[in-house]
Parts: sequence; C-alpha cells; structure tokens
Amino acid sequence: MATTLPAVDAVLIGFGWTGAIMAQELTEAGLNVLAIERGDWRDTPTDFSPAYAQDELRYYWRHELFQRLNHDTLTIRNRTSETALPMRRLGSFLLGSGVGGAGVHWNGQVWRFLPSDLKARSHNLERYGRKAVPDEMTIQDYGVSYDDLEPYYDKFEYLCGVSGKAGNLKGAIQPGGDPFEGPRQREYPNPPLEMPYAPTLFGQAAAGLGRHPFPHPAANMSRPYTNPLGVQLGACTYCGFCEKYACGNYSKASAQTTILPVLMRKKTFTLRTNSEVVKINLSPDGKTATGVTYLDEKGQEFEQPAELVVLSAYILHNVRLLLLSGIGKPYDPATGEGVVGRNYAYQITSSVNVFFNDKILNPFVGAGALGTIVNDFNGDNFDHSGLGFIGGGYVGMLQTGARPIETHNTPDGVPKWGAAWKAAVARDYLKTATISTHGAVMSHRGNYLDLDPTYKDVLGRPLLRMTFDFTDNEHRMSDYLTDRAAEIGRAMGGREIKVNYRKGSWDVVPYQTTHNTGGAIMGDDPKTSFTNRYLQSWDVPNLFVLGATAFPQNAGYNPTGTVAALAYHAADAIRTRYLKASRQPLVQA
Amino acid sequence: MARRLLLSLISAAVASIPLAPGAQQAPAADPPVETQQVAYGRALAVIGDCEGCHNRPGGQAYAGGLPLNTPFGVIYSANITPDRETGIGTWTSDDFWNALHKGVRANGAKLYPAFPYPYFTHATREESDALYAYFRTVAPASYRPPANKLPFPLNIRFLVTFWNMLNFKEDTAPTTGPTRGEHIVRGLGHCGACHTPKTLLGGDKRGHELEGGKLDNWFAPALTGDVRAGLGAWSAADIAEYLKTGRNARANASGSMGDVVSHSTSHMADADVAAIAAYLKSQTARLPTPPAAAPDPKVMAAGQAIYVDQCAACHAVDGKAEPTFFPPLPGAAVTQSRDPTTVIRFILSGTQTVATDARPTPLSMPSFAWKLNDAQVAAVATYVRNSWGNSAPAVSAGDVAGLRRKVAAKPVRKPSASI
Repeated sequence: MATTLPAVDAVLIGFGWTGAIMAQELTEAGLNVLAIERGDWRDTPTDFSPAYAQDELRYYWRHELFQRLNHDTLTIRNRTSETALPMRRLGSFLLGSGVGGAGVHWNGQVWRFLPSDLKARSHNLERYGRKAVPDEMTIQDYGVSYDDLEPYYDKFEYLCGVSGKAGNLKGAIQPGGDPFEGPRQREYPNPPLEMPYAPTLFGQAAAGLGRHPFPHPAANMSRPYTNPLGVQLGACTYCGFCEKYACGNYSKASAQTTILPVLMRKKTFTLRTNSEVVKINLSPDGKTATGVTYLDEKGQEFEQPAELVVLSAYILHNVRLLLLSGIGKPYDPATGEGVVGRNYAYQITSSVNVFFNDKILNPFVGAGALGTIVNDFNGDNFDHSGLGFIGGGYVGMLQTGARPIETHNTPDGVPKWGAAWKAAVARDYLKTATISTHGAVMSHRGNYLDLDPTYKDVLGRPLLRMTFDFTDNEHRMSDYLTDRAAEIGRAMGGREIKVNYRKGSWDVVPYQTTHNTGGAIMGDDPKTSFTNRYLQSWDVPNLFVLGATAFPQNAGYNPTGTVAALAYHAADAIRTRYLKASRQPLVQA
Repeated sequence: MARRLLLSLISAAVASIPLAPGAQQAPAADPPVETQQVAYGRALAVIGDCEGCHNRPGGQAYAGGLPLNTPFGVIYSANITPDRETGIGTWTSDDFWNALHKGVRANGAKLYPAFPYPYFTHATREESDALYAYFRTVAPASYRPPANKLPFPLNIRFLVTFWNMLNFKEDTAPTTGPTRGEHIVRGLGHCGACHTPKTLLGGDKRGHELEGGKLDNWFAPALTGDVRAGLGAWSAADIAEYLKTGRNARANASGSMGDVVSHSTSHMADADVAAIAAYLKSQTARLPTPPAAAPDPKVMAAGQAIYVDQCAACHAVDGKAEPTFFPPLPGAAVTQSRDPTTVIRFILSGTQTVATDARPTPLSMPSFAWKLNDAQVAAVATYVRNSWGNSAPAVSAGDVAGLRRKVAAKPVRKPSASI
C-alpha cells in the first residue's frame, strides 16, 4: 500500500540540468518544490575529487557514471521487421544516472540552434520545394523561433560562464566568431579557452580553403567566473577529462557547479534521491495530473500529490514514463498516428585523422569543448540544391584529451594488434590530430520509441524499445560533411590522412553521441505533437515535459544549449502566465 | 543489485507555505512581536556563537549534546532551551548571569571552562538579561545530553575552583568599552578561546592574547599584526569581508572557523564586524615570527614535485591560486604558522570552505591521506611553508604520523560502484 505524503506545489521527476533549472525558477516564484531522483546524490568536488577523478578505467571503461543497466535498460533494433534485444552494455550513447544527470559527464559544448533549424519543415519547403522533404521524413517546426529563445540561450550561457567569441552581435558579424550563428544580444561571458596547436593548424587550413573557423563555445572556464546566482567556477586546467568524466575542479558547468549551491540552501526545495518515480497519476477524467507514485531505495511505495508535475528526466525515460502512465496516444509507425514515441532522432558522426611526422601536438592537453569549428556546412548555411539531402553539421577539431586507453589512432594499413600496431601507436600518439563531423538526423516515419513487448526491468515493467536507423538523407549528408573534413585534413599538411566515413546501419556499439531526441515533441498541432510551444502537455495541462524529448528532429549541434533554453522558456511561461491561471492550457488547441 | 545505500534523503526542509498555484492564499498569521530586548538577545547569541556549541547535528536548536573534544576529555554542551526538566527553564536571570559571569550553575556547581565564561565575564548585566530573555523564547527541548567523559579527578567539578584561581578573573565591572571591537573580541565573541595559546591547564597564556592557539587538532592562526603568521598584511576591510562572507582574497574559512562564520560572524551586524576588524588591526605583532632556517633542499625538491602534481590544479604552480575562490598560499597565515597542525590536517583530511549567502559555493579540498604517505605530506607541507617568500619551520614525517592517528585520517575516496 502506498503511503500518501503531504502535497507539494510542484514535483520534478529527474534531477539533471532541466530539473535543476526548473527547481531554481519555480522556487524563485515562491513554490514549494520537490525533486525526485532515482540515482545517487553526487557533488562534483567531493565525489569526483581531482585527486582521483582522472581514472579512465573506472569511469569510462567500467561505466561508473552511467546508468546501471542491470536495473533498467532498453531494447534496440534498426527496423520494425527485426526483434529488439535488451542492451547489457551501451556504447553509441551513454545514459547518465544520479544528481546532475548526464550533465555531470558532458563535455560542456554549448550551442544555439540556427534560426532555420527551429523551422526545419517550413524553411526547407520554402527554399527547396516539396521534393526536398519526402513523405517519410516527418520533420516539423518547433513552434518557437530563434528570437523567442534568444534571451533563454543567453541566460544559460551566463549561468554556465561559457567561454567563446560571438560571431553575430545584434546582426553585426564579428571577426573571430561564427558568422553563421543567429544574432545574439551580447558577447559570451568569458573569452575563448587557450587554443592548442592542432586546432590552431585546423583553423589555418580551414581559413585557407575559405571556411570560417572560430573557437568552440565551451562551458569549460577560460578564467574564474561568478555566475548571476553568485556561484563560483574556477579556471580550467586542460586536464583532458571532461568527456565521460566529472570535473571536481569547478571548471566545467554542471547543475552542481552552477545552481545547486544556491538551490540546496532554500527551505522551499527538497530533493529525494535513490527514489524512482514509477507512474504519473491522473485524475479519473485523465485531464489532470494529481502527482506521482515512487519507490524509495527500500522498495517502499509512496504517493506524492502535487499541483504541477514536471517530467525532467532523460528523453528515453521521459517517453517511457509517459507510456507506462498511459498519458498521450502511443505512436504507431504503420498509421503515422499517435504522439508518444513519435519522431525519435539522433545524430550522425564521422572523423578524419591527420598524421604528422614533424609536429608534436600534445593531444593529452584537453578540455571538453576545446577546439576550432567551422559551421559552413551546418544546417542550411549552404545551398543544398542538387545534393539530395537536407540538414548538415559542424566540422571541427576538438581536443578533448587523448586519454591513453581510449586513444590509439593508426593510419590505414596498420594491423589491429601486435608489434606493428604498437610501433605505430608509439610513433603517432603525439602527432595525430582528429577532425570530427557532427551531423543532424531528420525524423523519419519508421524511427520511434515504444514499450518492448517481451523484456522487463527489475521492477517488472516493460523496457523502452528503440527502433532506429540512419536513412539515405543522413548518409548522403554525412558523406558530404566527411569529404569537406577530409579537404581540410589534407590542407593541414600532414604525412597522411585517414577518412572514417559512417557506413551502413546505425550500430549501438561504438560511441557516437548521447544526443537522443524526440518522442514527446513540441509543436503547434496536438495531432502531431505531445506538447505546445511551452512544453506543456496538450492533454494534461499541469504536466510539462522538458528536455530534448521536445525536439521534432535533431540539428547538427550539441543539444544542451537548446534543451536549457526551452526549459527556461517553459519556466518563464509557468511563472508569468500559468501560475496566474492555474491548470489552464497556455495555447488553445 | 548494485544500489548503494547512500544518503536517500537530501532535504532542505519541507516548507510549510501552502502556496498552491492560483489558489487563494490565506493571510499569514502575524508573527508574535519580538520585544526589543529579545531581538537584542538574539543578536548577542549570534555574536557569542551560542549555537556553534549548543546545537548538535540533527538536534533541536540550543538543545546541546555536541561533544567538545578538550585536551582533558569529552565535554557535552548543555541544553539551554527553557525546558524545565532538562534545560534551563527554571533558571532566573540571576542564575543566568552567574553562569555567564562567574561560571556557576543555578545549583551552585562549577561549570567547566569549555563554556567560555572567562570571556563571557566581560558581558554586561544588560547583555546577560537580553540573552536570558532571548533563550526564554526558543522552543523547549526535552533532551538530556550524554554524561561527560572526563577521567578522575577531572570529573570532580569542585576542582574547577582551583582552575579558576589560576586562570579566571571575574570582571567585576563589565562595560561595553573601551571600544565595541574589543568588547566583542574579548567578551562574547570569545575569539581567544581558540586563537590564544593555552597553558598546560588549558587556561589562556597571560600576555599572549591572540597569538595563535591549538585546540581539537586545529591550529588557529594568530590574530595579531604578525605579517607572516597573523593579520599584519590584512586590511580592516579584508578582515570584515572574511568574517561576513567566509573568504577574501587572502584566505578561506573552513574547519572550526567555517563553523564560526556560518553560525556567527556572517550573521553579525556590519558595524560589529567592522568594529572587530578595527580592534584586530590595532593588535601589534608582539612577537613577530622570525624567518625559519632554510629546509633541506632535497625535501623541498620532493615537496615541489608533489605540489605540482597534486596541488597546482587549484592553487596554481606559483601558489597564487584564484583569490576569493581557491585560497592563495603565499603569505597565508595558516601556511606559515609556527605550529603546522592545520596545514597538515588540510592535506590529510581535505577541507571545505564555508558556504554563505554572499558566497554560496562550498569549495572543497580533497583528502590526500590515501594517496600520500607521511614523508610525502611532510615534504609538500614543508614546500608550501617555504616557497614564494613563505618561511616556517620544516614539517617532519613524525608530525604527520601523529596527526594522522589523532584525526583518524582514513582514505577518503568514493568507493567504486559494483556494476
């Protein structure tokens, strides 16, 4: 029997970036807020002390920071004709767990989507005509514009102390920045990180080819910073352990290093860890969320009533909890109807290695978002006429720290093991630079999420099933990007290059990106979206669903900046409008 | 199943404000009007840091029960709530005055000087009455602290009479002068309880006020004008900023001083903090610390290598760190104090800068007890005590081993999750 607890004003399910943002905003509005997180309490400096955090075996190879798959995993297949199987180890994406979520082990890559990314359907139809968007490609507009989101992008960048160089200040293109970005109202809060040798060479080669290189915007601190909440961060030491690691040095923005010191001091905020929400409860008419049911670490069941329910877990968990709670119509790929699980998307990556004979590049010096980027082939920054695809991605050289167990690039022709392999690794480790491409994935009728009919989690609930593959659009786009990367690689003047195209079906084994998107998308039409432009459920107006869950399709950028901007946009609507007209839809269907 | 049984409930307290969105908000009941005397008493309780000793973790406010580790044994703080059975509910204002002023309980028994009446004796009767009035208003707690753990004959309270003869001088005519700062520092603020060196009997060493003292395996640095080991290089504004926010460009408050900032100084009136700063700046360096003999170059080289590997990420290769964030080491009093206890303890156990409303980030220094042996800790401590213009006696491996035992500095390393 569940124990019913005293009601709260708002309950948050999951306590990563979006949960922390929403909790901070709602407590500022005077609400009594409870966050329920299924993982552990984690603070970065104490749990990931710099005295031992740089432990590649422990954190990366043994996946200590990631979701415990023996408790809950997902099943995966490429297409509906296959039988999905449960994953006992993840590779392509690495799900977070615990306070701070995947925002603890992220790189700190903070991007804004292009204005055209947010209206992918109408923009591409307008510029390239009907044929550019095949029927099977289910892309949509977000329902919010870049101008709507600009103040919230700005807010997140200043919260995180992003190090970067503006390329477009109020419409005026700035030298040294990204000339393709949407207009921003002010410069980044911190100057760019110090650029290492290899990304500097990349920038010179790219500029020589007429591209527009600029430093990657980074939530790794280029100098000490105090954010608008009064929380302090310290300068990055370029230790090379951001990506897949936690930073105990206060140098990478996370919920812990930007919000929690202030939030945890508030009497109106409570956090329950090691507690898993198993259901969002509805009123008998199904139109109001009455709260949540959760299990604590001993398996005891509690019912937590709340006036407002915010789903702020990772996208895969958000979608699964909606399905398990019976909220919204599940998506059916056969008919194209239904909204929960619809428009799941991902990203597509590739790389080019450049091997030098004479240049010592010290690749172990690194930071998560340290590098030089060109956006000449991202989004619709270039003419796609005749290319046979839409979308794009960035091409860049990121120096995240060539961690020794993980990093052993060798040229074509070198054996995969043995003395010759060892000799090549020893010869090339310090002299190899890698260009990566980071491409968009459009949503497609056959790519979706639903509940697995066979496999269950430790609590006996169906696992989430992912059905996903790259389509021709993605492969054509990625090959195009990879060729552009190879051009720059050749121009860097090394001994040789190695081009690593992304071929064939999507494969769950090699790491690609933890940028899963969609499944409960935002939009203007309740038939094709789960939430309105404020991330408010069309069906259950006191339920808000945050995160990349809302993306109708993915873009060629890392998602966190847009995830945070959408969360702030929703929080602002809740504060200024929703709370003044309780439980009312903010947009009339 | 790999669920770690860690903290399952991180609660910043459940608020009682029933603010349902959009719902009609009931008018809040007016809080009882606090008399001027009670408000004054509350402010004095902040100055006296009463809750620093009389609150135990998880206990009700002022219910006592916090173990105080004295050189003579463990003394548990008293319940000073107005509970009639277990607190001071039956005390009169005269009883309270006698405790504060003379170290005598209502029943006539002597208080142990862990209760700092040698300082509180400088409080005026008006202040005592205000404190008394304030403590009458706190919620009564029915709680009896554990019995003290003192060896014979120290467990005989009567013997305190002899201690008092040697170490206690009642202030027969306390005044609030000559300056506000002196009145706080020498009186309710009881700064010397930690910062003044002690005799073998635990009394203040006469004539050595605020020259730095050792207590509970911490060394509290000198508050005199000593440039190396005291406040000689600090301005009055530096001192005020430190007391108010928990840090300044020269130092961060952590350990016992972090508690003092958290419970007391960060809540004091700005004028009081300024008065303390002005008084401390009037203290001359009575015994300036002379430069120490240059340490063994081999130890310094070993210390430097460890420093660059383990410490420089935050404190920087040149020790200058990031002022107001990671504390700088050149010129730091904690680093150069004649007694290296605190710097060794920081390295062994790590420490956490106090979080305040002004500076909410609770900066943590990790423990190196699991990673560095006694000789290595001694070398790096010697290095930071004698680099960048610093000078202080070398630290020996024996010093480290002794403190390691006392503070039970065990490996503080997050255990691996079983997967």
